[in-house]
Amino acid sequence: MPGLLRVATAGSVDDGKSTLIGRLLHDSKAVLADQLQAVTSASRSRGYAETDLALLVDGLRAEREQGITIDVAYRYFATPRRSFVLADTPGHVQYTRNMVTGASTADVAVVLVDARTGLTEQSRRHSAIADLLGIRHVVLAVNKMDLVDYREDVFDEVVAQFAQVCDSSWCAIPISALRGDNVVSLSSQTPWYAGLPLLTHLEELALPEAPAPGGRFAVQLVIRPRTPEHRDFRGYGGRVAAGTLNVGDEVVVQPGGWQTTITAIDTYDGPKRSATTGQSVVVSIADDLDAGRGAMLSTGAPGTVTSAASATVCWMTDTPLEPGARYVVRHTTSESRAVVEAVDSRLNVSTFGSEPAESLALNDIGSIRLRFADPLVVDRYRDSRATGGFVLVEERSGATAGVGLVESLS
Amino acid sequence: MTLTVVDSGPIDRESALADLEDESIHILREVVATFDRPVLLFSGGKDSIVMLRLAEKAYWPGKIPFPVMHVDTGHNFSEVIEFRDRRVAELGVQLVVASVQESIDGGRVTEQPGQSRNPLQTVTLLDAIAEHRFTAVLGGARRDEEKARAKERVFSVRDEFGRWDPRNQRPELWDLYNGRHRAGEHVRVFPLSNWTELDVWGYIRREGIEVPDIYYAHRRDVVRRDGMLIAVTPFTPPFENEEVWSETVRYRTVGDATCTGAVRSDASTVDEVIDEVAASTLTERGATRADDRASEAAMEDRKREGYF
Repeated sequence: MPGLLRVATAGSVDDGKSTLIGRLLHDSKAVLADQLQAVTSASRSRGYAETDLALLVDGLRAEREQGITIDVAYRYFATPRRSFVLADTPGHVQYTRNMVTGASTADVAVVLVDARTGLTEQSRRHSAIADLLGIRHVVLAVNKMDLVDYREDVFDEVVAQFAQVCDSSWCAIPISALRGDNVVSLSSQTPWYAGLPLLTHLEELALPEAPAPGGRFAVQLVIRPRTPEHRDFRGYGGRVAAGTLNVGDEVVVQPGGWQTTITAIDTYDGPKRSATTGQSVVVSIADDLDAGRGAMLSTGAPGTVTSAASATVCWMTDTPLEPGARYVVRHTTSESRAVVEAVDSRLNVSTFGSEPAESLALNDIGSIRLRFADPLVVDRYRDSRATGGFVLVEERSGATAGVGLVESLS
Repeated sequence: MTLTVVDSGPIDRESALADLEDESIHILREVVATFDRPVLLFSGGKDSIVMLRLAEKAYWPGKIPFPVMHVDTGHNFSEVIEFRDRRVAELGVQLVVASVQESIDGGRVTEQPGQSRNPLQTVTLLDAIAEHRFTAVLGGARRDEEKARAKERVFSVRDEFGRWDPRNQRPELWDLYNGRHRAGEHVRVFPLSNWTELDVWGYIRREGIEVPDIYYAHRRDVVRRDGMLIAVTPFTPPFENEEVWSETVRYRTVGDATCTGAVRSDASTVDEVIDEVAASTLTERGATRADDRASEAAMEDRKREGYF
């Protein structure tokens, strides 16, 4: 059971994401008096009839002026049972890349849908992104139930639509973020609903284990202190990307492919017998190998060393993704160059089918083939989030142009 | 549809802290691996003290491989400056002091009578970054501090004028941080992004880290100004109409003495501070920072200009 649950919201603009987060924070008593007072007085000076809880999260001037969310806002709160990091992501198509940013580190996505309109193209896009990114559990929050007289058949219809598009583990909750129905406590307006309120669900949720093909540890930094106490120390600083590594394990050091043994796993706080996903440690190995930043230490089935891959890409910049284009690819701790060999298809977010495409525009999701200048050590994204994901960076501007998920290896 | 519900029992705060520590160490290591001239901003405050401990851990058994920099407004609490110098000596790191007073003396900024020097820090900071050609500037800012900070990336590119453009931030995927920047640009890096004030205090307790005495209850002479308790110091003498009295207070943040308020408190141990912060109905900045109250977007406006 993680002590920290990372949650991202998703959904169309005006579906009420910021209001829901404001409501969660407010009703779980995570909003402090000065914050509430600032929001109350801002609402009053804008002439609103009620306090607009969305102002708690829409922190940028332009967001408050337009009443929309432009960039991810991160909020933190703890109940007696769990700590939460909430990424409140924008709904506008224009800011889809910021939604992807918020979703990439999340364990759970809360997809908001307006009960009156059902699934829109943007809520389908967000569901697709949540699925793609391997979010381990989705909560469908059917919002604005107060505006449809809390009717069960309306809720059931949205649930049926969502069942067509979501393959993850998921559940559905009828809510009104504005009124607080089924957010922190169960609502008397929905006696037909047999589940938990949203917050309780998030507090009690047990996530399925993250997939791991084997132990994966990408070298970040070679640590060689050369101090009198540690004259001969040579360790590899890094974070376990997947699985578990133990002292005594046989490891393959890739891309070179050398075999060796883990002799120690150290931290400032003392040596450890093993280290598991997410832990930052210093690993020592038996042989003196040429393993610098970007090298991958694998236990179990090793990763694939490859100069080419097929990937699903979400494109995030105005310049379209086209065959022949070159980018810098950032994958684990390694960096190489990549050329786009082919664009194969684009996801149609209305039908969820794929259609032929020759390029991908801003916010498109599609399949491409890439070739790398140097071999990378990769896994398929569905087998390992941290070793199957990469970003493409524009060489000249340094901008992050797209995110890729390795589908198959060639 | 699958519904997986179990009783999770009471919250595991230690494991949440361990998650945060692992994430922060990863970020610190990325900085050293990918930037040629990093620096860590160290004010002697609790967040930058936690940053130094995380840096000790990230590069252990090596030493911290970059200097630390203090942007000194000249209006600091003496206890904090003493602490700063002692801590830097213990760790054997190099300290760069960027002085707002020197910026004033050199005519780079103009001091407004009766105004805090806090906003002037921006020019001093940007000048020091340019002078030392720092490419990555590590700071202890947390997203929970303020609504504009809540929008920050972990790696945040600043243009050659030090400006932040909140509408055009890079997507930041997983823990793949993109620190690419052009000549003249630099990157602000915030390893404590996902920490809260309570996490910082929980970590100080867990690690047994020393912090300056002014974080704990003590008696000092204060005046009430702008609804805050302001200490009487050589930089903040009482105005003619102000009543001076002695109060038991502590500080939730330490910063420029002219704009940082104290809170009434009897919390004299880490445990008592944690209980007090957990029960407080005011945010850290709402309770003690005058300069954030100027307008709804005061922090955003200062950050756009290059404020930390």
